[in-house]
Amino acid sequence: MAEQVIPGWKKWLEGSGDQVIFLKGFFRNVFRGGFEWSEFVRQCYEIGYKSFMLVGTTAFIMGLVLALQLRPTLINFGALSMLPKTLAVSIVREIGPIITAIICAGKISSGIGAELGSMKVTEQIDAMEVSGANPVQYLVVTRILATTFMVPILTLLGDVLGLIGGFLAINITSNVSSLLYFHKCIASLDFTDFLPAFIKTIFFGFIIGFIGCYKGYNSNRGTESVGLAANSAVVTASLWIFVIDAIVVQISSLLFYK
Amino acid sequence: MEEPDKHTEQKNKLSTSKGEIVIHIKGLKKSFGSKEVLKNISLDVKRGENVVVLGKSGQGKSVAIQCIVGMLVPDGGTLTVFGEEVSGMNEKQLKQLRIRIGFLFQGGALYDSMTVRENLEFPLTRVLKLKDQVEIDQRVKEVLDGVGLLDAIDKMPSDLSGGMRKRVGLARTLIVKPEIMLYDEPTTGLDPITSREISELILQMQKKYKTTSIIITHDMECARITADRMVIMNEGEFITEGSFEELKKSKEQFVRSFFN
Ligand SMILES: Nc1ncnc2c1ncn2[C@@H]1O[C@H](COP(=O)(O)OP(=O)(O)OP(=O)(O)O)[C@@H](O)[C@H]1O
Ligand SMILES: [Mg+2]
Repeated sequence: MAEQVIPGWKKWLEGSGDQVIFLKGFFRNVFRGGFEWSEFVRQCYEIGYKSFMLVGTTAFIMGLVLALQLRPTLINFGALSMLPKTLAVSIVREIGPIITAIICAGKISSGIGAELGSMKVTEQIDAMEVSGANPVQYLVVTRILATTFMVPILTLLGDVLGLIGGFLAINITSNVSSLLYFHKCIASLDFTDFLPAFIKTIFFGFIIGFIGCYKGYNSNRGTESVGLAANSAVVTASLWIFVIDAIVVQISSLLFYK
Repeated sequence: MEEPDKHTEQKNKLSTSKGEIVIHIKGLKKSFGSKEVLKNISLDVKRGENVVVLGKSGQGKSVAIQCIVGMLVPDGGTLTVFGEEVSGMNEKQLKQLRIRIGFLFQGGALYDSMTVRENLEFPLTRVLKLKDQVEIDQRVKEVLDGVGLLDAIDKMPSDLSGGMRKRVGLARTLIVKPEIMLYDEPTTGLDPITSREISELILQMQKKYKTTSIIITHDMECARITADRMVIMNEGEFITEGSFEELKKSKEQFVRSFFN
């Protein structure tokens, strides 16, 4: 029994050690001269811009569904007028960030894992390193910074579209003017709803890029390892997103929501 | 009075550098887990020489040349390149060494998100840090012309055939004018005509850029064309060496078996 448990732990610890080394490599190369601006911009486009539609649509539907689901309950409590406020707070604090992050973990983290994994398998990363160039700076730093930068922006977009989705649901069932709805939404939100949520999306973005790069960069040789890298990137990144979410909620409730 | 002195000095330098040993390997060992891949490898390569390494698949030929560029760290023995021990190098020294060594990968290893032109510009802008676009363009065109692929300059690697990829890979390594070239099976998987073209190209490049080369191959035609000297690797050791003709006439069955 013990023998079965210990190797699992050993592997996990070794993996964590490797991740810390990889993280150190990332930070060492961020502040080294010769930042790859054009590659960074290209990655922002690839990663961010091309996910706009997916994130927007999903968030829109989530807002719509959430409003429809909340409505009967609120009517039971005689609190239908609370619907915009409830929607706004839940979307901005939780639904927007987590939906965006999970979608990005599925789309971006796996994409990076597969891309770097196949570069590893076809020896492109080795070729870059052996030529005397710096693959960490060119491939890893640009991607991690691009996700860290773009995921918060995608989340803002998700928040807005989620609220619009909610408005549509309310507008179908009752007659509320858009002006009143958005006024109520914005009035019910304050700084303490927005700031912790925004900060956590930065961490989400970082972990999405980091896990994707780590899994791809360290994948084994052999074509099946490309699929494996993509798959474990999604799983690990998603897990980390929930862990970070739980931690940030704890900290922000200590600080803000008494 | 001073002029002739300088001249002879330069000449001396040239003649000594001709026979100078640039890669010195002695008693090299490398294992992966319990698997002993390199047991005892010794080899000296002189400047300007083409050494061909023969051996069955999975004998550790690729592992051996990966040790030379510091991609793998040997477990024992000495390995010096340009007189300096590779395993003792720090990151910066290793980078300096790698700039002087070209490595052609078994599959060409072209960066598949970049066009041929961007592939070739990459080592110029990222490694040599060239800034002058005119010079960059000129060097890209010159080296592509050398491998006969000037019209493929704006193609993506996925649009190229296997032979073309190998040639672009070769161009990308040669563009920085390395002093040592390591070829990992440059002709494997190509038809006999393209193989011969690549072999001729290797020879031509050796003449043109005066490179020292180690060429790993199973292709006897390639070996015949390029080799100044050949070594045969078996079970983690170099078992024989000699010229192409010498090995062809060898009394040992195992050595001769490579030739037919
Ligand atoms: N990075 C590595 N990790 C673990 N084992 C490795 C690694 N690289 C090579 N090996 C093992 O070392 C042995 C020799 O591999 P190598 O690639 O050097 O063979 P080779 O002589 O080049 O064969 P081929 O002609 O097929 O290319 C193989 O058994 C391989 O599995
Ligand atoms: Mg090999």
